[in-house]
Amino acid sequence: MTPSVLLPLLILASSLIPGLIIFTLKEERQRLRSLLNLSGAIVKVALVGWLIWGVYQEQVFETRWALAPGLDLVLHADALSVLFVSLSTLLWLVTTIYAIGYLQHSPDRSRFFGFFSLCVTATVGLAMAGNLFTFVIFYELLTLATYPLVAHKGTPEAIRGARLYLAYTLAGGVLLLVGAVWLRTLAGPLDFSQGGILGDIPGLDQDSLRWIFLLLIAGLGVKAALFPLHGWLPQAMVAPAPVSALLHAVAVVKAGAFGIVRVVYDVYGVEFAAELEVLTPLGVIAAFTILYGSVKAMSQDQLKKRLAYSTVSQVSYIALGTAILGPLATIGGVVHLVHQGIMKITLFFAAGNYAETLGVHRVSEMNGIGRRMPATTLAFSVAALGMIGLPPVAGFISKWYLGLGALEAGQGAWIIPVLLASSVLNAAYFMPILYRAWFLPPNAWPCENDTRYAGETLPSLQWPPVVTASLALLVGLFAASPYSPLEWAQLIASREYRQ
Amino acid sequence: MSDLLIALATLPLWASLGCLLWPRLADLLSPLVALALVGCSLLLLDAIAATPVILHHLGGWGGDLGISLRADALSALLLALGTVVTLAATLFARRYFTDDQVRYRFWPLWWLLNGAINALLLSADLFNLYVTLELLGLSAAALCTLGKDKPQALRAALRYLLLGLIGSLLYLTGVALVYAEYGTLAIPSLAQQIQASPASLTALLLLSSGLLIKCALLPLHIWLPAAHSSAPAPVSAVLSALVVKVTFYLLLRLWFELFTAVITPAFATLIGTMGATAVIWGSWRALMSTRLKLMAAYSTVSQMGYLFLFVPILLALPDHDSRALAFGALVLFALNHGIAKAALFLAIGIIQQRLGHDQVDRINGVARQLPVTLFAVALAGSALVGLPPSGAFLAKWTLISASLVTAQWWWLLVAVIGTLLAAAYLVRVLGAAFAPAEPPPPTGKQLLSGELPALLLAAMATLGLGLGAAPIWSLLAPTGLGNIL
Repeated sequence: MTPSVLLPLLILASSLIPGLIIFTLKEERQRLRSLLNLSGAIVKVALVGWLIWGVYQEQVFETRWALAPGLDLVLHADALSVLFVSLSTLLWLVTTIYAIGYLQHSPDRSRFFGFFSLCVTATVGLAMAGNLFTFVIFYELLTLATYPLVAHKGTPEAIRGARLYLAYTLAGGVLLLVGAVWLRTLAGPLDFSQGGILGDIPGLDQDSLRWIFLLLIAGLGVKAALFPLHGWLPQAMVAPAPVSALLHAVAVVKAGAFGIVRVVYDVYGVEFAAELEVLTPLGVIAAFTILYGSVKAMSQDQLKKRLAYSTVSQVSYIALGTAILGPLATIGGVVHLVHQGIMKITLFFAAGNYAETLGVHRVSEMNGIGRRMPATTLAFSVAALGMIGLPPVAGFISKWYLGLGALEAGQGAWIIPVLLASSVLNAAYFMPILYRAWFLPPNAWPCENDTRYAGETLPSLQWPPVVTASLALLVGLFAASPYSPLEWAQLIASREYRQ
Repeated sequence: MSDLLIALATLPLWASLGCLLWPRLADLLSPLVALALVGCSLLLLDAIAATPVILHHLGGWGGDLGISLRADALSALLLALGTVVTLAATLFARRYFTDDQVRYRFWPLWWLLNGAINALLLSADLFNLYVTLELLGLSAAALCTLGKDKPQALRAALRYLLLGLIGSLLYLTGVALVYAEYGTLAIPSLAQQIQASPASLTALLLLSSGLLIKCALLPLHIWLPAAHSSAPAPVSAVLSALVVKVTFYLLLRLWFELFTAVITPAFATLIGTMGATAVIWGSWRALMSTRLKLMAAYSTVSQMGYLFLFVPILLALPDHDSRALAFGALVLFALNHGIAKAALFLAIGIIQQRLGHDQVDRINGVARQLPVTLFAVALAGSALVGLPPSGAFLAKWTLISASLVTAQWWWLLVAVIGTLLAAAYLVRVLGAAFAPAEPPPPTGKQLLSGELPALLLAAMATLGLGLGAAPIWSLLAPTGLGNIL
């Protein structure tokens, strides 16, 4: 086997094998478990580095395995998959460190980390899926691997949240499946290709294609939390903080958004999709979700719930960017895939630190928390400002390109106001938190857990948000330098448009 | 190669005799026999890849007079399923029965049942098939009586026996009619002769209805839930995984090899509709069941329904290639269900022995008590739901695809609703098992070797059949299915 065939498999194996070994470990084997986790994550980062370099050189990485006549499992790395793979891999490493600290004293850790690794394996597989069939397989695997994580605590709320999650995602999975099968019967094997495949096939029934688009987007929209399919996300916040990070930033929601990008660009082709007139409805739903999520976020007192609604809103930027025809909007949407991930994971890490260290779960309990936990709160503030879209944090870049793209496509008249309104709303639900945290005098904390540590909390909890917040700043500041997410998004956009 | 056929057909019968004569050796003998049979069936698969049809006349009596054994890809695949499931269940059964008296009665019947299954799959004559069917029904009903809850098990076994006998009688009447009309009962020569005629149609209806009772196709399923849920765990596994499946195999032979000329689209639609009702009703009753074993039994009703859904679709498909694809998917679905359901019943057996009951509402804490077994339940459940990468996922993909190609989208709807209901009953069980128990149950030692057969089977259904299914189509390609492929 040549490296180009082997590399995608190795990238999968680097989290799958540690995960499987971890399942068999006894609860007390903490060191070995952490060692396996971290070495898997680090090996994966190294392998992905190789992949980035190769794809940049236009090398082809592809693994193919026939499951049935005409149904191939294909792993294929192109520029878009590399973007998602590197995001997931990097954030997995950070989240693993965080989770090791976060779950230090809780039960069932072998189970947790086993499924955690499976979850990342599924995400990376989904990112490298080379056709719609493979995508569907990993999309469903992701659902399965996440369910035990959401249910992890075993409390009635956790089980209810997990059940709701599964009900939504399995129903969505079925819609996606039917759409994919239907498209397969019309158009053949559906290997993803830049610029789309359907535009080149003559004699396809346009109405069928529109129905299929609806099925696919509805199936993906469940994980991407598009209105009205978002109901599971706020309920799933009962899960432990590392799982929330996984759901909101690394894997699940991202998988949905990534799928939408894939379907629009590499199956339909954005230009062909515009011809079919399916993009505008998608754009309208995305825009509505952006505003709806923000409005709902304002009224939440529970910090994680507020962040969850914020995700509902923010992920739809990706769908919005996808729905606008034009390279600039594509750049905005695709780059937000990365930017939102980095910022949102910071926010969830910080929320987890507050809950774990001080027992603070509600916004109303956060008065003066900046003085007690300055590093965490600083990270939180940077990410929140980025979410609002303040330069030079990453979020600004995304919004800037989305706005430019809307103008370029001649749809500025309604999209720019949506973007502005959303920024105002973001400010309206984030600024009060920052004000409370930094400027109000502290109250007594609900339950202060670990006072033994010299710093504000455990180092493995304190550093991950700081690192990701710095990353959010750096990718914003150095957006124009080589290998930055923005530059990579530009590379993708340049390959997706034919004219 | 003929030796393989003879070994597969007779070895279980010798084993049965051996276990009867030397009951104390049964525990030692049985795994060896099971292992040898797995070896034979794998060698047979290998041989089939080279020679598509293997025929052997016992005692050298050729033609329609003697007993002949015949194997092709379809029977070889089902034999492989049968021997693998039997091996796992045999290893499980060694630890399952604690009472010596039960054990002594169990092993001879167990190998008799297994012999009947193998003989059925190797027979090429309608009357020999009748004999194997009777043997199958009698030994299966006798095994059912070994269940723990005596009165209930006896009642279920009696009902099973009675309905099985009615089925056999209907079948026998059909056989008589065929003999009167065509003067032979050998499948190869009948396949050339059968024409559409009122007598053929009557024979088809008699044969089919007899077998449909044994297959438990709704509304003829009433005996199944009680029988499968009250039998001992290894027996339930084999009943659900193999016994109903081999009767379905026989139906396939009848419909698509012998009576192709007689089968009308209306007949196929009727069968498909019954299958569709079974899918929905079976899944619904599984969801509503309060006991794990009953849930698994109703799940069998629903999974058998899927197999019948393929019938109208197979007939409606336009060309040879798409039929071959759909037929491969049908076989894959049957194999997937066989392995996954056996795994599920074995895993439930462990839970039931450990907790002393199998009430779904009271299995909280199992996630921590029996993690390996619960993992097996989850894996087997995913394969039953049809989640990737299980074999059922590929099969369902093909089913949905074929129903779209033939513009029969209602079958698609049935498959989707059935899948969601199946996911619902799986989640119900997993959710209950994840709930913490108050007070925490003792996490005593569970011997891994007891849990291993279920886990390995479950992994085989989810990973093995999903990722390694491609050879099924290439094996089936030369012979396909008689007259329609």
